[in-house]
Amino acid sequence: MTDLKRTPLNATHRELGAKMVDFGGWDMPVNYGSQIEEHHTVRSGCGLFDVSHMLPLDLKGENVRAFLRRLVANNVDKLQVSGKALYSCMLNEDGGVIDDLIIYYMDETWFRLVVNAGTAEKDLAWMQKCNADWNMGLTLTPRRDLAMVAIQGPDAKRVLNEALPGADSLTETLKPFNAAAMGEMFIARTGYTGEDGFEVMVLAKSVPFFWKALMEAGGKPIGLGARDTLRLEAGMNLYGQDMDETTSPLESGLAWTVDLKTERDFVGRKALEASEVTQQLAGLVLLDKGVLRSHQKVFTKNGTGEITSGTFSPTLQQSIALARIPLGIAPGEEVDVEIRDKKLKAKVVKYPFVRNGKVLI
Amino acid sequence: MSIPADLKYTKSHEWVKVEADGTVSVGITHHAQDLLGDMVFVENPAVGRKLNAGEECAVVESVKAASDVYAPLAGEVVAANDEVESSPEKINQDAYGAWMFKIRPASPADVNALLDAAAYEAHVASEAH
Repeated sequence: MTDLKRTPLNATHRELGAKMVDFGGWDMPVNYGSQIEEHHTVRSGCGLFDVSHMLPLDLKGENVRAFLRRLVANNVDKLQVSGKALYSCMLNEDGGVIDDLIIYYMDETWFRLVVNAGTAEKDLAWMQKCNADWNMGLTLTPRRDLAMVAIQGPDAKRVLNEALPGADSLTETLKPFNAAAMGEMFIARTGYTGEDGFEVMVLAKSVPFFWKALMEAGGKPIGLGARDTLRLEAGMNLYGQDMDETTSPLESGLAWTVDLKTERDFVGRKALEASEVTQQLAGLVLLDKGVLRSHQKVFTKNGTGEITSGTFSPTLQQSIALARIPLGIAPGEEVDVEIRDKKLKAKVVKYPFVRNGKVLI
Repeated sequence: MSIPADLKYTKSHEWVKVEADGTVSVGITHHAQDLLGDMVFVENPAVGRKLNAGEECAVVESVKAASDVYAPLAGEVVAANDEVESSPEKINQDAYGAWMFKIRPASPADVNALLDAAAYEAHVASEAH
């Protein structure tokens, strides 16, 4: 058995009585009691997530924009104002997804990326290889000295302002999908819940104090269990489930993140343009009782598909899923899902299912 | 939470209570619900179904995962608890009160072969590695 990696908040989670699990090699809190209560807290109040297992990466050098133009599928030329963020996939030559990431533009010699925990080493190796092969001369610095806390929910801004005196001048003006650096502190108005909120990076040694201040201001700790039900209600993809190196972003509900309008040559573009798109990612709501889970088979009039992520939605009080199904199946149509030995009825819906506390389906 | 001494247990984390009428009630243990987390779905066996010992006969699902429930002993299902099907969270609130189904044992003496509270406690400890 290998030792699990620990975030700088590990002792804090244990003091709070969290149930800890092995999450891709990291010892992480899955809940602090009831996952469903934690879910509702984020939709109605303010939740705190330790997301320090994710890796911030600083890319610095003269060629950083040119490097990212070629490295990722979305177009970093959309980033012209300091602090602006962009969500993108990083593809392999076959057009499969190596990872999905967020890119923050700070200045012409500094972009910050945040990548998934489980793919961090692979991503870094790939970027270093591209940096060398393309003679870009960049410096790639993994920032394991930083911890990251997500503060999410309708009450997130008040909690952050109270925990961080002086933050209000920033939080009042920071627009969604924008960030600002204040010394080593980095505040982004981003998240993975479908609610307003912030993702804040601070030095690892300071994060236990920051967390405590956020809790004193009314933020409640939320585990990775609720993080998954929140992101699925918000219709946000999870790497490794909804897409991976074998799937095309165009068949994973991520066409909106792939820039094929400009002439820009990026890794995976040729393969994507040569491929035929035959599947789509669709939302499902289970009409019968039960719970949709990943890998369950979906039967449609155009052929079979598969659930990529499924759960019980605490907001909708019924089961929801993302599923990769054949093209030509429209919202409103019914499909069958095989659960154990039964076929149950589900309805195809346009997702997200929930945004800003409101049911959208 | 302490493990009730008046119940019997299985290694697959069901509890069994012998009722006055000779039937046995079956549920899942506090430890099992704690591992699974918030319950959201229960599917009980049909009344009248004949079960072999160890047979998969019910399903409990939490937000996190689905888990099979096994027949602790052979017999016929004589009742299923609609209340836990409509409110699965009752299993989280009171695992030993929230019975799922009742069996009329084919052989009442089979109950004696099940784990007592001390043996179940030792089994849980051994699984905790």
